[in-house]
Order: sequence, then structure tokens, then C-alpha cells
Amino acid sequence: MSSDKHFISIWFFIGALLALYGLLILAAGVWDLFYPSGLPQAMGHLHAAIWWGALLIVLGGIYCYRFWPGRNNRS
Amino acid sequence: MSLHLSLLLAASSRMLSMGPVDLLIVVLYFALVLGIGFYLKRFASTGEDFFMAGREMTAWIAGLSFISANLGSLEMMGYAAATYQYGILVGHAYWIAAIPAILFLALVMLPFYYICKTHSVPGYLKLRYGEQARGLSAISFAVMTILMSGINMYSMAVIMKVILGWNIHFSIWVSSLTVALYVMAGGLRSAIFNEVLQFFLIWLGCLLIPVVGLIETGGWSGMVQRIAENFPGQDFTHMWSATGSFTANPMGIHWTGIVFGWGLAISFGYWCTDFLIIQRVMAARDLRSAQLGTVIGAFFKMMVPLIVILPGLLGLAVLPFKLVSEPEAVATGAHSYNEVLPLMLARYCGPGLLGLGVTALIAGFMSGMAGNVSAFATVWTYDIYRPLIRKTASDRHYVRMGRWCTILGVFISIATAYLVMHFSSIIVYAQVVFVIFVVPMFGTVVLGMLWKRTTPAAGFWGLLAGMVASFLLFLWVKLDPSAVRYVAFSPDAKDMADNIYRAMWTLIANVAVTVIVTLFTKPKPESELTGLVYGLTEIPSHERFPLLKRPAFWAAAVGLGFVALNIIFW
Repeated sequence: MSSDKHFISIWFFIGALLALYGLLILAAGVWDLFYPSGLPQAMGHLHAAIWWGALLIVLGGIYCYRFWPGRNNRS
Repeated sequence: MSLHLSLLLAASSRMLSMGPVDLLIVVLYFALVLGIGFYLKRFASTGEDFFMAGREMTAWIAGLSFISANLGSLEMMGYAAATYQYGILVGHAYWIAAIPAILFLALVMLPFYYICKTHSVPGYLKLRYGEQARGLSAISFAVMTILMSGINMYSMAVIMKVILGWNIHFSIWVSSLTVALYVMAGGLRSAIFNEVLQFFLIWLGCLLIPVVGLIETGGWSGMVQRIAENFPGQDFTHMWSATGSFTANPMGIHWTGIVFGWGLAISFGYWCTDFLIIQRVMAARDLRSAQLGTVIGAFFKMMVPLIVILPGLLGLAVLPFKLVSEPEAVATGAHSYNEVLPLMLARYCGPGLLGLGVTALIAGFMSGMAGNVSAFATVWTYDIYRPLIRKTASDRHYVRMGRWCTILGVFISIATAYLVMHFSSIIVYAQVVFVIFVVPMFGTVVLGMLWKRTTPAAGFWGLLAGMVASFLLFLWVKLDPSAVRYVAFSPDAKDMADNIYRAMWTLIANVAVTVIVTLFTKPKPESELTGLVYGLTEIPSHERFPLLKRPAFWAAAVGLGFVALNIIFW
């Protein structure tokens, strides 16, 4: 039965993807800060990509750390 | 349901332009969902694993999957558009038309589904009423699931064409084959795990719109003020105060229709008996987790207006132009109501964030499609193939059948999508089909659970009567549109109000016939109803758990939140 099997937690996959997305979005935000794309964007001065990307990195990092494969946790 | 039709009509040029980072984000998403599916393949060797995810999901996973399977992008875009058109009144779809029903499922109905260890809702009907009721519900569910899946698939392709300029065939084949591969590989567990992932992406991809939007408007009060300035004399920000008469609101509906048609018939029919979503919580590791998961789902359902209704209201407040109805948009080239969510996405999201937002929309489509496909595989294998075609075969054989019919289901859905492309009027009837098949299920199931006298004959004839009544009412209004004044109590009733009141009559017919037939036919002996009916089923008590771990406590908290929100936005 599968109950005897241990699989990588779904929370780890989520954390990894969010962290990776955060890095990409943060990088795109920083790039846009120095080399603006010129696309019309309301509230562009907030640089949402930078802080939203950072938020994703933090959130993803927490999930990755907490549910790293091999740690004692449930999926 | 007119969303994709109108988008197709309006499709001339793409609305959003994605850069390399945005595309990379979308590609990574596809790679991960496939990776998860194939990684989980090794854990899906038995029927219990493949069809019920081993019944070992935690409350959080079951709950997030439960709500993710319901959180489709078509619905999100459609309700955001309706909000721009009708205002916050549309929020009833997420509150009165969801929360009471989900809590009722959690506290009253789920114990019976869970304790009898059935694989599906038609499976419960088999145990409670017999083969006839199961056959009718299983076949209607399978047809409806494939129809809905095909329509959603086509709608997604049209939306991707309009907002991104993607080829329709490319969108249909790539997304559907991805879903087919990961569900076929890992079964329900793979569908559930990916739905949890999709839940996060949907929220994190869409939540930025209300956050930045409220900063732009100076908060809720600033937004309300801007809406009042942009649309003087119209009330877009109250939920109940304009429902005292049929003519006081643009939907042409009275509060009785909202409460009894939308909040009772449609809502309880969908949330308490639609196997597509119930399958997720039935896969929980124990009854308490299943109930807690359902309550968690209710909480997040209550929060969905943040990412659907609020962007629609913000559109009313901040867009520099007015969105128009579809025919007007086609005639003038202006943007239509249906484009409000992509427009808000384009307004606030730069490179990277745009990719996340588009991934959220794709995730929404794929979670709904995976829900359809995995539920279809279970109902086909356990409720149609096994009882009607091959009664005795090994567990391994049924798993193989489940995998193949996952692929088959996807191909039939693709065929339906192409059929819809050529006969787009099918879409118009999809909501009608939904009311015909789903609403009567509620009366049949709930009477079966709560009234032990209900007989097998009543179960079948009540279900059939509800379906026939619903169809005849639809036909009546179709042939004589003025009949809407009888069905929906008002000549001003719009299509949505007509659907809502027809659902109410459907449920009344279903319950009335079930009760009458019960009184004249022979009930099952009580010994055959153990574990299926209230009073003959030992429902485990959660009193040994601390208060914070009891489903009833959290259900009460969500219920209070629901009441408070309705009062705040009255």
C-alpha cells in the first residue's frame, strides 16, 4: 500500500516553484528599474515586481526549508 | 457562459505582450506539473491509490484541492466581468451561493459519504437506492463532465488567443495533453497535488491587482467614491439593498430568488452532490480531516471575491474608458466587460508579474480540467464500466481502465471543444444542462441521508422527475419567452434569474415526487441502511479533540465571517 511509501511533500514543490518565480520576477523588476521597458503601467513607481518577487522568495524559502525532503513531515 | 463567445467575436488583436521572463515562467509551470505527475506514478498502483489518492490526504491538501477544482479561470473572468456590469451583487455567487452549502456538506453530508467508503456520489446512490438511481446519475454525470470539460478547454483556448495571441489548436492540445499525462500517470493524487500548486499560483498571480489597485484608489472608501463619480446615480457597492424588488437591480431578481434559487437549489446541488469537487475531500485520511478540509475550502471560497469581485470594482473606479456590452464592443472596437480582468492585469503587471498572472489563468483552467478528467475516470470505471460492462476483474485491470479512460476522456473533451467551435450554441445550453443534472441530485441524496423511509423507487423517480421538470420548464420559456413571468415571477427576469428560479422549481419537483413515491412504496429494511442514513449511522464524535481541532468550531467561525461580510456590504 502506498501508505508505506514516502514521497516528497507537495509543499516542497510549491516552495521551490515560488522561490524560483520570486527570483525571476525580482530580477525582471530590478532590470526594469534600470532599463525601463517603456510599457504603459499604472503605479509603476511602486516597482511591484521587486517587492512581490521578494515576497515570493521569502514564502518559497520558508516552504522549502520546512518541507525539505528527508525532514520528518507529512505531505 | 457568454464570455468565450463574445471574446471570440471580439478577437482581433492580442491584449498582452509577454517577454522572455514571462514565457519562462509559463514553461516552468508546465514542466513542474508534468514532473509531479510522473514522480507520483510509482505511488498509484492500486485502485484505492489511483482513484482515491490512497485516502491519505491531510485536511489542508484536501481543502485547497477542493476549492482549487472549483476555481476556474473562465468563472473568474466571467464574474469579474459581471461585477463591472452589475456591481458587488455578483459577490452572492461566492457567499450566499456557496458558504452555507459547503458548511452543510462538511457537517451533515460528508460523514455519510465518508463512512460508507464509497468511491463516488453515484456509488452512494447505489448503496442507498440501488442500481437504477446509480445508473441514471452516473451516466448524466459522465456526459455533463465531458461536456463541461470540452467547453472549458475551448474557452481557455479562445481567451489565450485574445489576450496572448496564441493559436487556438496549440492551446487546446498542449494544455489538455499536459493534464491527461499528469492525471494518467499519478491518478487522483497527482490531480490533487497539482491543484494545490495551482491554488497558490492563482492567488499569488491575481492578488497583486487588488493590492496595487487599492493603493491607487486610496483604499476602499476612495474606490467607492471614484465609482460614484464615474457612474453617478448607480449603486455598485451594496449586496442586498437593491434586491427588494425585481426592477431595482440590473439582474431583474428578487431576494427570494437569491436565497432560495441561488443559495439553496443551485448552491446545495453543486456543492453537496457534484462529485468533481467532493472527490477531493473524500480522499482525506480520516473523517475529521475531510470535514476540516471542507471548512478550509469554505474559508478560501469566502475570500475569492478579493481576486475576482474587487478587480471588477476597481475596473469601474480606475479604467480611463468605459467598458461596454459585447455587441457594442464588436461594433465600435471598444473593450467589453469580459476583458476587465486581463485589462487590470495589463494595467498593473510589468515583466515577470505578467507571466505569473498568465500562469494563474492557465492554472485555473488546468485545475478545472483535471477535476473533470479525474472524476470522469472514477465514475466511468466504478459506476459504469464495472457494474454494466465487466463486473469481475482484478484491481489492476480497473486501474488500467482508469488510466486509459483518463486519456479517452481528454480526447472526447477535445472533440467536444472542436464541436463547440463549430456549434457554439452548445455553450448557451451548458448552464441549462448543469441545472437539469445537478440540482435534482441534491434532493435525492439529502432525503436519502436524512429520512430512512425514503424508498429505492422514490430515489430513482424523484431524480428523474427533477431532471424532466427542469427540461420542460426550459423548453416552455424557450418556446414562449413570455412564460418567464411565471417561471421567474417577473417579465423583467434576465437569463441568470431564469436559471436561478428554474433551479428552485426543479428542486421542488424532485423533493415532491420523492416524498410522494416514498409514501406509496416499500422502504429498504433498516439493516441495509446502516452507515448510509441519519439515525442508523454511528458518526464519530470529535469531542475528544481540543476545540481548535474540531470542524464544528471552524465551521462556526466561517459562518460568523459569512454573516459579518453580508452585513458589512449590505
